[in-house]
Parts: sequence; C-alpha cells; structure tokens
Amino acid sequence: MTLDASYTEYPKRRHGYDHELYTWSAMHERKPVDWGAGRKVAIWLCVSLEWFPITPSDTPFRAPGHMQTAYPDYRHYTAREYGTRIGVYRLLDAFTKAGVTASFATNSANAERYPELVADIIAGGHEIIAHSTDMNGTIASGMAEGAEAALISTSLDALEKATGARPQGWASIARSQSWHTPDLLVEAGVKYCCDWVNDELPYRFNNGLINLPLNHELSDRQIITVQQKSADSYAESTRDAYDWLAKEAAQFGGRMLPMHITPYIIGLPYRIDAFEKLLGDLRARDDAWFATGGEIVDAWEKQP
Amino acid sequence: MLEGAKDPGLYDYAPYRGRKKIVWPEGKTCAVWVAPNLEYYEIDPPVHPKRKPWAKPHPDVVGYSHRDHSNRVSHWRMAEVMSRHGFPGSVSLSVALCQHHPKVVADGVARGWEFFSHGIYNTRYSYDMSEAQERSIIEDSIRTVQDATGQRIRGWLAPALTHTPRTLNLLAEYDFDYTCDLYHDDQVQAVKTATGDLVSIPYSLEVNDHYGFFVYNMSGREYADTLVRQFERLASEGGTVMCIPLHAYLIGQPHRIGPFEEALEHIAKDGRAWLARAGDIVDAWRAQV
Repeated sequence: MTLDASYTEYPKRRHGYDHELYTWSAMHERKPVDWGAGRKVAIWLCVSLEWFPITPSDTPFRAPGHMQTAYPDYRHYTAREYGTRIGVYRLLDAFTKAGVTASFATNSANAERYPELVADIIAGGHEIIAHSTDMNGTIASGMAEGAEAALISTSLDALEKATGARPQGWASIARSQSWHTPDLLVEAGVKYCCDWVNDELPYRFNNGLINLPLNHELSDRQIITVQQKSADSYAESTRDAYDWLAKEAAQFGGRMLPMHITPYIIGLPYRIDAFEKLLGDLRARDDAWFATGGEIVDAWEKQP
Repeated sequence: MLEGAKDPGLYDYAPYRGRKKIVWPEGKTCAVWVAPNLEYYEIDPPVHPKRKPWAKPHPDVVGYSHRDHSNRVSHWRMAEVMSRHGFPGSVSLSVALCQHHPKVVADGVARGWEFFSHGIYNTRYSYDMSEAQERSIIEDSIRTVQDATGQRIRGWLAPALTHTPRTLNLLAEYDFDYTCDLYHDDQVQAVKTATGDLVSIPYSLEVNDHYGFFVYNMSGREYADTLVRQFERLASEGGTVMCIPLHAYLIGQPHRIGPFEEALEHIAKDGRAWLARAGDIVDAWRAQV
C-alpha cells in the first residue's frame, strides 16, 4: 500500500499560520501589559457550573465528566449534582472570605433549574460566562451550522433572562469549537471566548472575537481527576505558576494566572481546605489582582 | 532493517558489561543533551490511513492550540532557562516551522543550537510512503534547514516517530550521522544499514516531558526530580549519554518551568555533566571506538 501523492504536498506551508483564524505574535515581544496599581499577575478564577442530564448525548461527543454506566447512572448524575448543591457554596463562601470575585462558566440549564444559585452568584459580584445549554450541548465540526447557532443563542438568551445581563464571555464544553464557532459567537454578540489555550494573555481573532486563554492543564480536572494527584499537588503547582509569572511580569509586563475549577472536584470536604489555603496565600501577595474574565479583557482592551 | 524478520536487524547485541570505557571531554562522565522539539502541527492535515492526526474533528482546538503555545509563549521561556544554565539545544525540528514561524527557528540559531529533522510536519506520518515520497521529505529537510540555519542536518527523529523499513538506509545514504529513534541503550551505538555508517544516540521516551506529564502523570516537581535521579545514576556509571527531550508547550507551562530550571541548575553545577549537542556527542564517541 502506498500513500496518495498529495500526502507529501503542503498547500498551506507559508509564513504565518495554516489557517485564517488569528495572526501570530510572540508574547514576550508584545508591548508590556500594565494592570495598574503595581499589580503583576491577574488571577482569574473560573468556575465551571455544569448540569449533566442523566440521558447523555454523544453528538457530536460526550462531554468530559458525563454519565459512564448503563442507564440510569445515578452515581455520576448525583455526584455532579453535588457540585451545584454543596461544592459551589463552599466555593462561594471561600471567595467571600478571601474578598475575591470569580467568573462562573454556567450551563444555561442551571439558570433555569436553580435560579436561587444564580442569584447568589450575582449577589456575590461574580461574572456569568455562557457555557452552552447543558452538558449535552457539545460543539464540533460536522454539526449543522444552524443547530450550533441555535445552541449558542439559547444559552445566551436564557442566561440573560436569568441575570438581567447578556454574558460577554463564552466557554465551549471541553473548549471544543467547530470551524463556524468564532463567527457564530461574534454574530451572537459575544465579546470573548475562553477556548484556545495557545497564549497566556488575551488576543484578538481576525473576526474581532477576543480569546481569553483558560489554561486547561492548570485545572482541578486535569491535575486531580485526570492525573489523579492530590489537592495539595494542585495547590503546589498553582503556587509554582504564580511565582514564575510574578517573576516574569517584572521583566515583561502583566501576566495572567487562570484557575479553572470545578465544584464537584475541588469543592469536596477533603479538598476544599487546600483550596482555601491556596486562595488565602495568593490573596496575601501584594502584586496579585483577582479579577473576572470580563475585567481582565476590559483592562487589556484599555491598554494604550 | 530486515523487513518482515522477527529481529529487524537494527544492531548487534552488545552487553553493557565489558564495554570499552568511554570518556567525555575534560573527564566528564555523562554527556547531557537537551532536545527541544520545535514543531508545527497542522490544524487540518490530511488523514493517514494508519493514524488519525487529531482525536476530535478538525479543528481540535485544545490539541492544536496547546501545541501552538510553544510558538507564541513557551519556546522563549524554555530556551532562556536552558541558556541561563549553559545547555545548548539540539533541535528536533518540524522543518515547515522555518516557513510558518521563522523567528522561533532564528532564536535557536542565535543560541548556537544544532538542528536535525523531525519531518516536515508532526501531522504527516511516514508509514506507507513510497521511496520517492520518503526521499522527498529527507531532501526537503536537508534543503529547508540549510536555507534557514546554514546547517547541514546530521540527524533524524522520525516525524511523530513514524518509519518505513527503508528509513535508516536512506538516512545513511544521505550522509546522516545519527538517528534518535532507537531506545535500546544508554550509549551511542552503531546501527546496521545497507548503505553506510549511522549511529543511534540515546534520545528518551522515559524522561521525555510528554511521558512525564501525560503517561506518568507527574507534577512539575516530580518530573524535575526524575531528571535529577536519571542524571545522578548515569553520571555515576560513566561514559553515558542523557537526553532531555522537551516540548515547550509542556515544560514551558508556568507551573513546570520553575522546578525544571532547578533541575538544570543541579545538573550543570554537579561537575560531571558534559553539556553538549547531539553531533558533538556522536563525534566524541566516534573518536574513541
């Protein structure tokens, strides 16, 4: 068997990227970002607020964390619900105690099902980022463009109705987009997405959409659930990241530390103490700025 | 290789015990080389019948953008740490990076790094290539790297570790000196080819940052400790080669680079390490056997 001759032809081998989504730039060569008031590292707490139907969908793919056993999977359905009943309130209390605000990447189903939770999030001064409809609302190429547009507007409309404000930000489930997603988000009035992990500062797509990179490796899901490390190991890695970024900021300008967390993972009784201690330690750094995704994007846009 | 044979006939058996003692310059006991993989993964590559380039339908946003982090952010972070402690790089290069992001390649040139080929893209796999296709990627690699860096490449790490039965013969025919694709030894070793001299230099899967973080699920600190242990043992045995294969998008993440720098500092200050490039190690070995 031999390969088709076209397999060793490279029509997109050229200067810059092999796509038209965004242009290249090296972070250390950009004009330094100034977060103001001597702040070196913007810490972006981003909580995934998910609702997993007990009837999972595999189109276009099954979301991470979804049902695993034959129907009915009480085990995973209820263990995920633990996050929106208990875990998220531990996090809300921890944020209040530390005096910080966060972004909540929220399935719109949560706004419809649990309005009191969304009201508590808004009352705490936190930001709502649209995170699809529910955990069956995954996106990937192959999905009909109209269906994707409807999914995006359903999510935004429901969250706007529940909170009184249309979310500025969008986070796809598992950060998965189709070729259509960036344009559909702009058409739906979204200002920024959180899906592309190729940078550590906001940058702009060619269509005007801003990408606010939400590090997928420095997350409780990756470190605790996938790599099966302890909450202490998660906290240690996060501290190491902060220390490095603060050092780098002294030379290259403001940096950002995204902390992507999940109520049903980090909000468990035996893990939350490690998280609260981490939050307290970071809060004590005088060069840290705890900010929501929207605040970071706004500050980045206002750079001279 | 002997195509279809149970033993591919890549090399003769050579037990560790009783080998000629290899001594590195200035009496150093372990030659340490760092191999940053400077790669370009295509967002929408053609699908190979034997391997799917991405897990998800294209664009695989996390897969693609994670690797793109190297070329926007973490290459320079990794490279600075290496330079600070005196480690040159021997680059495993997706040669199309010379076209896509020439500044990344130029940074390695400015640091005095050596370049070898890791194929055109890390999303094009060599399995089932015709001889003409395989010659085209080798000739393209030689020409592209020569134009971008002034160097005639001496080594090969197969793109995404994909081979044909004729690859090693072709490398020897095109006057390559070393392959990084064989994992049978902690020393440089001769490789059998039908066409000329070729050696294997120890690369590493086991202490590759990809294995550390995605196979063994180590934290940044655990990986740094692994590198130190690997070095301590190889330096105490003597005449050995230690490779540290890296991907900036992994080792250059903010939570890993600090502990990694401490490991490099430890190895550099130990006194037993010869911090060298792959070609220098091959030359020093050849001069002794």
